[in-house]
Amino acid sequence: MATTQLDKPDLVIRGRKVVGGVTEGEALVTRQTISGWGGVNPMKGEVIESHHELRGVSFADKVLVFPGAKGSSGWSGVFHMTRLTGTAPRAMLFTITTTKAALGAVVLRVPSMTDFEQDPCEVIETGDWVRVDADKGEIQVWKRGQAK
Amino acid sequence: MVRLTDEEKAMRDGAHGPAVAKAMDLLIRYAEALGAEDFVYTNNVAGVPGSSPQWVKDYYKEDGGDYRAVFSRFDLDSDEVVDVPRMNASSCHLQGGMDPEMWREQGMSEDAFANFSSDEAEVASHGIQVLKTCTPYLAGNVPVMGEHCAWMESSAVVFCNSVVGGRTNCEGRESTSAAMLAKRIPNWGFHTDAFRKGQHSIDVQVPVDSIFEWGMLGYFTGGAVEDAIPVIDGALADPSLIKHKHFGAAAASSGGVEMYHMVGITPEARDRQTAFGGNDRGERFVYGPQERAAIYERLNSIGESTDVDYVMLGCPHYSVEQIAEAARLLEGRKVHENTELWIFTSRAVKATAMASGYDRILREAGAKLMTDTCSAISQAVPEGTRVAGFDSAKQTHYLPAMMGIEGWYGTTAECIDAACTGRWQGRLN
Repeated sequence: MATTQLDKPDLVIRGRKVVGGVTEGEALVTRQTISGWGGVNPMKGEVIESHHELRGVSFADKVLVFPGAKGSSGWSGVFHMTRLTGTAPRAMLFTITTTKAALGAVVLRVPSMTDFEQDPCEVIETGDWVRVDADKGEIQVWKRGQAK
Repeated sequence: MVRLTDEEKAMRDGAHGPAVAKAMDLLIRYAEALGAEDFVYTNNVAGVPGSSPQWVKDYYKEDGGDYRAVFSRFDLDSDEVVDVPRMNASSCHLQGGMDPEMWREQGMSEDAFANFSSDEAEVASHGIQVLKTCTPYLAGNVPVMGEHCAWMESSAVVFCNSVVGGRTNCEGRESTSAAMLAKRIPNWGFHTDAFRKGQHSIDVQVPVDSIFEWGMLGYFTGGAVEDAIPVIDGALADPSLIKHKHFGAAAASSGGVEMYHMVGITPEARDRQTAFGGNDRGERFVYGPQERAAIYERLNSIGESTDVDYVMLGCPHYSVEQIAEAARLLEGRKVHENTELWIFTSRAVKATAMASGYDRILREAGAKLMTDTCSAISQAVPEGTRVAGFDSAKQTHYLPAMMGIEGWYGTTAECIDAACTGRWQGRLN
């Protein structure tokens, strides 16, 4: 998807690098925090927590946009397992820094960012195309349905 | 960028061997992810180092598929497999996957038990204490005020920070395994003074004295403040270790509380001002008769049938006085033929329970005193379980959702009655 260089993004948001790297992909957005152990099935990369708005949805290969991590201290371990099963997200963007989310991002080894100047959970929607340049501390967003 | 001391640079560069270098590399990446400026020294680490189900070992088959491969690749997130020496920090292993003797009753296979035994032998030979409990502070690892720790297990983390004034973030598998080798953890969050101050208040207006009441208040507190630090003040009475244990576990599971202050009770809350680090801030939540009734209803909303076929006690792992209490309530009675009673604790506490005769009373009544794990961790319940009874808000929160069963929350006495009659008759007085 190198074509994105040709088009002007609809949004550019600056933030802080958590884990470096550059990638792009389709966004999966939730305004609810995510539990790791007991909340995610690492075999499928799927949210399983009762009552979660993403219940039954897979984050595999998506740019996962979420407020942060909650629940058991097994968070990083469960997300780490999604790397083994090939169901890891392509990138992670979160707003609340916790030890769970930071360590999870480190062992997933996917480009990850936080501390944004604008809340990505508010302005990015599921299906938008997102380019994450964690090294530069910048994300670019193309709204769904617009030319790429 | 994180600042490194000369010793930390030497560790990173391999002066203490490849495993320590990999551990330091992971900790540096983790510190940078957090935005931490430097590290603290720790010599008290609690995790689940190297223990893994068979499929994870199989994943690393080309690297040997053994403890060394899993510890290098998974625990240290290393690109190469390194020799894993004895741990440098005082290190312990938290809860595990099954009871070392009654694993068959828990429905575990011979293969799963062989894998469990092999991991445990590796853990011991790497100098890691086999505490096998979610309550290390009841099994020989009690931090002191101000001690920097690197602990996993949310209920142990909240106990360490709140009750004894130790300092730990809610660490994960990889950070604790790395800290066991490098004796370092990022200086962030609960390691710093400013982070430990209260953010919201809970005004307790109904008497909270028994362990049952403390558990409900904990469940309310987590729901109210989510992962913030509450300052609890008011009609709170008769503090004890087991009440804090249940309060913290409940607050950590309903919300994610990693530290709380109780005015005049916990060590960093001599008074309200100290707890908040100044004037009150945040929101004020009232816990009165209505809130108490609502929490009881919420905990019991997943129970319909009163035919209880399983009673589980020991979340977090029971202390010896809780086992003594269960034995007192059970003495001369029998667990109902349609019901199982499993009580979970650590090996250290079970040894004391055996020496004190409690285990014999439990066995004669038909109850089983198990160690190492719990029904949620091992996902093991007696065959055919449909309705369970608990005296733990945390287990009530997790187990029914995980196993697709109904659940009831009540007092320990109500749980023992349910185990002996096969009927749930709990109610809020």
